[in-house]
Amino acid sequence: MNALELHKKIEENAGLLIFGILLVSAIGGLVQVLPSLFQESLSTPLSGTRVYDAVELTGRDIYIREGCHVCHSQQVRPLVAEVERYGPYSRAGEFVYDRPFLWGSKRTGPDLHRIGGKYSDIWHEVHLLDPRQVVPESIMPAYPWLAERPAAGVGDIQAKLRVLRRLGHPYADADIAAAPQRLEGLREIDALIVYLQMLGTGLDADAADAADAHGGH
Amino acid sequence: MQRQNPEIYEDRVVVRLVQFSVLWAVLGMAAGVWVAAEFLWPTLDFGQFWLSFGRLRPLHTNAVIFGFGVSALMATGFYSVQRTSHVRLFLPGLAWFCCYAWQLVVLLGGLSLLAGWTSSKEYAELEWPFDIAIALIWVCFGIVFFGTIARRRIRPIYISNWFYGGLIIVIAMLHIVNSLALPVTLDKSYSLYAGAQDAIVQWWYGHNAVGFLLTGGFLGMLYYFLPKQADQPIWSYRLSVVAFWAFTYSYIWAGPHHLHYNAVPEWVQSTAMVMSLVLLAPSWATLINGVMTVSKAWAKLKRDPALKFIVLSLAFYGLATFEGPMMAIRSVNVVSHFTDWTIGHVHSGALGWNAMVTYGTFYFLVPRLVGAELHSTRLANLHFVLALAGTLLYILAMWASGVSQGLLWLSVDRLGELSFGFRDIMAGMRPYYGLRLVAGLLFWGGTLLMAYNLFMTLRGRRTVAVSPPPVAEPWRLERGAAGIATERARA
Ligand code: HEC
Ligand code: HEM
Ligand code: HEM
Repeated sequence: MNALELHKKIEENAGLLIFGILLVSAIGGLVQVLPSLFQESLSTPLSGTRVYDAVELTGRDIYIREGCHVCHSQQVRPLVAEVERYGPYSRAGEFVYDRPFLWGSKRTGPDLHRIGGKYSDIWHEVHLLDPRQVVPESIMPAYPWLAERPAAGVGDIQAKLRVLRRLGHPYADADIAAAPQRLEGLREIDALIVYLQMLGTGLDADAADAADAHGGH
Repeated sequence: MQRQNPEIYEDRVVVRLVQFSVLWAVLGMAAGVWVAAEFLWPTLDFGQFWLSFGRLRPLHTNAVIFGFGVSALMATGFYSVQRTSHVRLFLPGLAWFCCYAWQLVVLLGGLSLLAGWTSSKEYAELEWPFDIAIALIWVCFGIVFFGTIARRRIRPIYISNWFYGGLIIVIAMLHIVNSLALPVTLDKSYSLYAGAQDAIVQWWYGHNAVGFLLTGGFLGMLYYFLPKQADQPIWSYRLSVVAFWAFTYSYIWAGPHHLHYNAVPEWVQSTAMVMSLVLLAPSWATLINGVMTVSKAWAKLKRDPALKFIVLSLAFYGLATFEGPMMAIRSVNVVSHFTDWTIGHVHSGALGWNAMVTYGTFYFLVPRLVGAELHSTRLANLHFVLALAGTLLYILAMWASGVSQGLLWLSVDRLGELSFGFRDIMAGMRPYYGLRLVAGLLFWGGTLLMAYNLFMTLRGRRTVAVSPPPVAEPWRLERGAAGIATERARA
């Protein structure tokens, strides 16, 4: 049976057509995506990478809720200008506790992967409440409501930590038990700033460079 | 009514879906215009969390893609699968369920985005309760669609159905795999994948949602309605078949071109780049097929605004599918990634291709559904001019700002020092954002004209009852469900 005849069969048989589409469209994913899910280098933390604590995780969830990621990337590419502008380029191992990943696709604002430690907490607070106070030409939105809401109101922190533990994040029982207390008295903006200040700080750049030179590309 | 005539096409659900689609076009693009204005006046959210850019932008993309786009695809899919199968829709009740359940998901999903429920994954933002609902509705869509094909009275399965079929099957696969997550509460879940792996899975989904929905799904629309409007058969049926399989095979690989120079393995990026270049071939094969098909109908093109929209959409389809592979080359992507260039590319596809081919189809379809003339051809021609001007202006403005951003961000002097600060570059883009806003208003204004025009065409009219014409010999198929239909007619 030649190709044309086979094709005539598919053309006249709905079941074959469905099967054909499924098969042909699955190949790419099976060869390209599936192996990456088992690639250890993509799921092994760097030496300085740790799980988010209760406050950082809450800050991160606020970041997601407000859609900061639609304007800010968290991915410094290995290019001279980017490393100059933002800091050491991003490594896969730094993101193994990121569910979901927040690399972004658009830089309406600057990259934030290495924002930790760049500004003071106060600068961030003023900036988040009204960006134009510190950067007059800024087109970033203001987030006044973050100062009005308690951080403890951002979902059930213990349930979150338990779910993440089931996904393999090493939280101890004590971490989970103490979580609500750690959020007490904090506003949403405080938690968000704690998150921003720890972003990208887990990287020992020299050690990572050495490792790259050794085994990397 | 139906008992006297057991076999008329179920077209009322088509009319309803067209109405919803137009409604979402108006609302979703209004959100787009609003978001575009926030680039110029960031205080336009008035301190209201639900008008904040980070929530309104996903609302825009969800309303246009899933509200406007998918409703249009369901409408035209249901319409064309009946005509190409010569049989009434399988389980019309289920089709009505798909219609209303989908609108409910888009509406409540949109509100949930404003409330801050989001998975953050682009084009898959809706949280897990919606993901489950979407999967169920999608399966129902598939049952109606493939059920109709299974009961068809004509041997070959026409090419448009393959593309709609690809839309249904592949999107189901992508959606289910990418949405896997452990729920915490109703409004929050954590992805089953983390970090770089999450990124690879997400862009496998994200790119192919573009591929099999915004490109493939709408190609289904094109393959049915272009030959109908041009009154010509497809120029080369065989070419369309080859292009279909090449498209289905190669698109799936291209996702990681969204992750060039990101922290994912280089071989993954390379396969994506190569496959994106390969994609040019089936994409342009389709373009050539379309252009050759209309080339015999130039006379009609001058008079008929519906055909004009469709032909123009082909041009922008060609542009977007040429630009895309170029942007997938790593050395080009270094400049375009993260900039407004991507936004320009998106909207040359979204406005120039998706919206235009749909507009052309609606101008053709709606009068036919109610057996009347279009309310106003003049308004439709005016719409055409507005849509063309809006799209061109949008793309040009974003090319200018995108290429500037890309080059200025990367520019370093001889000592390796950055030449420009981020904030200065940002401030310099203001004029382009102004042009984009004007472009959006033009395009949205045109869409409003269409909404009015179609409303006046439909007003006070009933959907005409159409029966399947008999199928001529070598192609007639008498078996199974078609037989059942005959028996019911006798009873
Ligand atoms: C409309 C897009 C937009 C959104 C949404 C947005 N930003 Fe920004 N952001 C910007 C722009 C533009 C700048 C640069 C001007 C400035 O510093 O204000 C910026 C700057 C910043 C900076 C300073 C970066 C630096 O290196 O100087 C931080 C920190 C920041 N944003 C955090 C956030 C957080 C947190 C959120 C979410 C709550 C957020 N942004 C949402 C556009 C946005
Ligand atoms: C052969 C065809 C195409 C190829 C190879 C292609 C390639 C690309 C590339 C390389 C990007 C930029 C990714 C990045 O740097 O972040 C992109 C973005 C995009 N393209 Fe295409 N494109 C094609 C056709 C289309 C068409 C027809 C549409 C229809 C609307 C479309 C919609 C999009 C969207 C929505 C994005 C933005 C994704 C995001 O970042 O959120 N593309 N495409
Ligand atoms: C009046 C018409 C429209 C206007 C003014 C408009 C405006 C916008 C704006 C301002 C953005 C945000 C860009 C950014 O963050 O830099 C955007 C994003 C987007 N729009 Fe539109 N839009 C319109 C129509 C459409 C249509 C019809 C579609 C799809 C069919 C569409 C799909 C998208 C997508 C997919 C994105 C996200 C792009 C990305 O992440 O790369 N838009 N739009």
